[in-house]
Amino acid sequence: MANSMTGPDAEQGSGASTVVSLRHVSKRFSNGTLALQDMSLDIEKGDFVSLLGPSGCGKSTALRIIAGLGDTTEGQVHWPDGKPERGDIGFVFQEPTLMPWANVYDNVWLPRRLDGESRAAVTEEVTETLEMVGLGGFAKSYPRELSGGMKMRVSIARALVTKPKILLMDEPFAALDEITRFKLNDDLLHLWEAHHWTVVFVTHSVFESVYLSNRIVVMAARPGRVAEQLGNNAPHPRGEGFRTSEEYAHLCRTASEALHSALYQPEMPEDEIA
Amino acid sequence: MNVSPAERSNNARAKRAAAPSGQSNAGSTTSILEEEAVKSGPDLRAAAARRERLLRIILPVVILTAAILGWEAMVRIKEIPHYILPAPSLILETLVKDWAVLSVSLVKTLEITFAALAVAVAGGVGLAVLFTQSKWIEISFFPFAVILQVTPIIAIAPLILIYVDTIPVALLICAWIVAFFPILSNTTLGLNSADHNLRNLFQLYGATRWQTLRYLRLPAAMPYFLGGLKIAGGLALIGAIVAEFAAGSAGRGAGLAYRILESGYRLNIPRMFAALLLISVTGILIFLTFSLLSHLMLRKWHESAIKREN
Ligand SMILES: Nc1ncnc2c1ncn2[C@@H]1O[C@H](COP(=O)(O)OP(=O)(O)OP(=O)(O)O)[C@@H](O)[C@H]1O
Ligand SMILES: [Mg+2]
Repeated sequence: MANSMTGPDAEQGSGASTVVSLRHVSKRFSNGTLALQDMSLDIEKGDFVSLLGPSGCGKSTALRIIAGLGDTTEGQVHWPDGKPERGDIGFVFQEPTLMPWANVYDNVWLPRRLDGESRAAVTEEVTETLEMVGLGGFAKSYPRELSGGMKMRVSIARALVTKPKILLMDEPFAALDEITRFKLNDDLLHLWEAHHWTVVFVTHSVFESVYLSNRIVVMAARPGRVAEQLGNNAPHPRGEGFRTSEEYAHLCRTASEALHSALYQPEMPEDEIA
Repeated sequence: MNVSPAERSNNARAKRAAAPSGQSNAGSTTSILEEEAVKSGPDLRAAAARRERLLRIILPVVILTAAILGWEAMVRIKEIPHYILPAPSLILETLVKDWAVLSVSLVKTLEITFAALAVAVAGGVGLAVLFTQSKWIEISFFPFAVILQVTPIIAIAPLILIYVDTIPVALLICAWIVAFFPILSNTTLGLNSADHNLRNLFQLYGATRWQTLRYLRLPAAMPYFLGGLKIAGGLALIGAIVAEFAAGSAGRGAGLAYRILESGYRLNIPRMFAALLLISVTGILIFLTFSLLSHLMLRKWHESAIKREN
């Protein structure tokens, strides 16, 4: 189907500086599953990219490869500004993945602690990050005492506390109810609007991808590959108004159609990078 | 017909909630009913909780006291001679009277028990850590641990007593062999049970092996280790006693087991029971101590220790 939306990164103006690119990446697991085949993708600085695709199409695999958790079978991950260092990558898993024995503060401190920084040395930054995700008063709480949405916020704070160059999120809100998810989507978007991080956001929700991102990468399954890329130029700040707008509905329909045609694409790899 | 499902379930709940107050005198409410009471209001809920807590203490105490009184009564009524079955009162009397001898033996046994437990903890945890660092070490050495575990201690004790000259050291080795395995196997399991995504996270942030061990694997292993410790505490005592028996039968040793043997030879049955009582009480105290320790260490976060409010 035609790429009916305008190209990527028009939003961020200067654009063109690539943070990371996947070049003809293939991944075959030892059990023979071909999870990704010949996947190429550029992530620009300040991008909010959604990876949208059906279950099992290799979204998580792609994200983990970007993070360096797991090797590629073929192809490479290229970082134009040099290999990422400790703390350059923030990763948010589908589950909160907190240490149950540590309180909120210590969980957020963890990445800095692994970098050799003492608890006292990072107090200000940890507190600031916790306030940023709306958990200012919960530093002393244990994960068990928090709701699902709050745990997810802690997980996001932990990813942000190193001030990463790129934030990778793997269906972070998939397990949450709709109301909480909308709220967290809004909060995440506001943070992104304020800080212009580079975000790669895996989701299987068309609505989420349209609402959040300025580029939607639609993936097809078996083997996993990029089926289509859609730009999304809807202006920021986005909010309730955007969610009910004609434009939003139109974008959702386009993305849905792209996803649908990716579902029924012939099982043959094809490069459709814009 | 026209009652909505939600309303219907509300009615059912109200009925069930009413039940505990009606039955409260009977003291036989089930926990399901109490859960319903929890939902139906703070008074009922507090009352139910208090009753349960009280029963938990009172019930075992009452049963135990009844059993002891029954024992005492039987001995007196049937006039059973004390060299066949001493009455509980006589056992207590003997315990007080012979305290000087018995307490020395108790200390001896406790020394062996705790020394063995300490060595078992150090060795078990140390070996478990080694096992998780390299699967080759685990594959190479795990069979030894299993062999030690499955061979009955009573069968090896005489051999150890022959090979090792100093009795306390021999006793220590015996107690250690029994206490060691639960610590090793539980801790190994715990170290390997750290959440996979958390491990990835540590990898992502370039954590060293030591950091992963210190901040991830060891805390994750804590509940398992403490579970092993509870078992090992009791086993160390058993190991120490068994070894004392083996040593005592060769005419040496001064622990509680030796006191039992000695009393047996002299047909001093009350003292035998007194020593037995001391051993049981010691075992119970060891178990309670480690249960408390486990609770204190895990109460903040682990499912097993946390009191969850719904
Ligand atoms: N560790 C693994 N070993 C073998 N096969 C794997 C492994 N991880 C993933 N796969 C396979 O690779 C394919 C892609 O998996 P991946 O988890 O990336 O999918 P996904 O797009 O994230 O799906 P979902 O939306 O359900 O999370 C699947 O077919 C899966 O079975
Ligand atoms: Mg996934």
